[in-house]
Amino acid sequence: MTKIGEWVEVCTSDAIAPEEAMRFSHGERSFAIIRSLEGNFFAIDGHCSHEKVHLADGIVDGNIIECPKHFGTFDYRTGEARALPACVDLRRYEIKVDSNVVFIKI
Amino acid sequence: MKQERAMIVVGAGEAGTAAAVALRQGGWPGRVILIGSEATLPYERPPLSKGLLTEGEDSGPKFLITAQRLTELAIDYLAGVNVLSIDRATNTVSLQGGELLAYERLLLATGARPRTLGVPVDPECRMVTLRTYADAVAIRQTLRPGCGVVVIGGGFIGLEVAASAVSRGASVTVLEAGPRLLMRAVPASIAERIKAKHLDAGVRIELDATVAGIEAVEEQSLVSLADGRSFPADLVLVGVGAVPNVELAQAAGLAIEKGIAASDTLATSDPDIFTAGDCCSFPHRLYGERMRLEVWRNAWQQGAIAAANMLGLGSAYESVPWFWSDQYDETLQIAGIYSNSDAAINRDLGDKGQICFYLAPDGRLVAACGFGSLATISKDIRIAETMIGRRIRPDADALANPAIAIKSLAS
Repeated sequence: MTKIGEWVEVCTSDAIAPEEAMRFSHGERSFAIIRSLEGNFFAIDGHCSHEKVHLADGIVDGNIIECPKHFGTFDYRTGEARALPACVDLRRYEIKVDSNVVFIKI
Repeated sequence: MKQERAMIVVGAGEAGTAAAVALRQGGWPGRVILIGSEATLPYERPPLSKGLLTEGEDSGPKFLITAQRLTELAIDYLAGVNVLSIDRATNTVSLQGGELLAYERLLLATGARPRTLGVPVDPECRMVTLRTYADAVAIRQTLRPGCGVVVIGGGFIGLEVAASAVSRGASVTVLEAGPRLLMRAVPASIAERIKAKHLDAGVRIELDATVAGIEAVEEQSLVSLADGRSFPADLVLVGVGAVPNVELAQAAGLAIEKGIAASDTLATSDPDIFTAGDCCSFPHRLYGERMRLEVWRNAWQQGAIAAANMLGLGSAYESVPWFWSDQYDETLQIAGIYSNSDAAINRDLGDKGQICFYLAPDGRLVAACGFGSLATISKDIRIAETMIGRRIRPDADALANPAIAIKSLAS
């Protein structure tokens, strides 16, 4: 069982191309792991706060990830909702990369 | 004393609500009045044919805005109020009940209503259309395992209700007058995929089925076709399109063409009156023609643009039309608009779905229609949308080749 605040391995760092996102599930929870154009990794809650649509299927543009269904947008660095119909912020999670392996703190 | 002139929005759907919020956020210092004919907070309509019919419990409408947010934004929301007329000489609207309100600018976001069938229908029949939350509740209450539902019209509303009803255990028959489903909306190959999903789920589909009349027989309704066949039902859902609510505008002498006629800044023939959403027809720069769109995203985007222009910002509406529908566990997304003169390029993604691209005679990408899982199609449709807006001329062979990323064709 995972303890709160534990680092969990996600993938190798070459598994996500720049400006792409990946779905990562752990237990009952699901996350969107995003790699910026510059190559940095970020993690937020996987499902849009508007309806249960997974953000990893949406496009990444600049600091924004966009819901593939209704175009709500979030700043993936902070989880902040940026455009309607999304109006509730998402949680962001810490990420670290160690020896080309990406970890999320959940 | 002269009444303070307000920004008045008639219609509290997606377009009207988005406009009211944008008027305040855009800096209008005076009153913003949002007038809705239904006695609830503004709510989302897309779930009415989907989740609201299938979820275990009726969780009520999904509101577009909370009462608290309306208060914070100082939007005066008049719920359950009809506007009777517009007096353009005095810039006033008259409300049911006799009250007069003066407007600085007026937005007509009056929406559309379901088209009626145009055949004899016995008033005893349980025949419904779907537009409002109350309609959805009425449908929901009838759906129970084993009940018979006849859906007239193989368009999006009809098919979404069919999918929802069959998932609730109803026995569902769809009657479509045309030779195939979604005749004007999607290419034949995608219509076939959608039809296959429905047949797999146990929905019966009758094509070339022209309804001649509906009569009440004992506790049921009997839908008769022109060819003599008939179908008994506990519930008849009519989904044969919608007509724009133009009457208020028409009575005020505003220009009407396919809807309430607007310029590309969404101003009507009266510069103090704007229109947005399902009731609004406008010239689209990308397609060089006047169109009216009955789609969710257009409604709220136009609401925001109309609000900006009511405040004098002068921005044109030129967003690429975009539409989605859920059919079981798969999604249809359409960006852009195509016609018969455009070349269809099929990108076959096997069992996962397909995307059909349309190139105008000059090679410009004008539309993309995808069906499959959200993960399979949504990114490519979104990229195609930006390509359509930027008038990109992609290579047809590359579009057809699933090994070539659409993203690589975007510039």
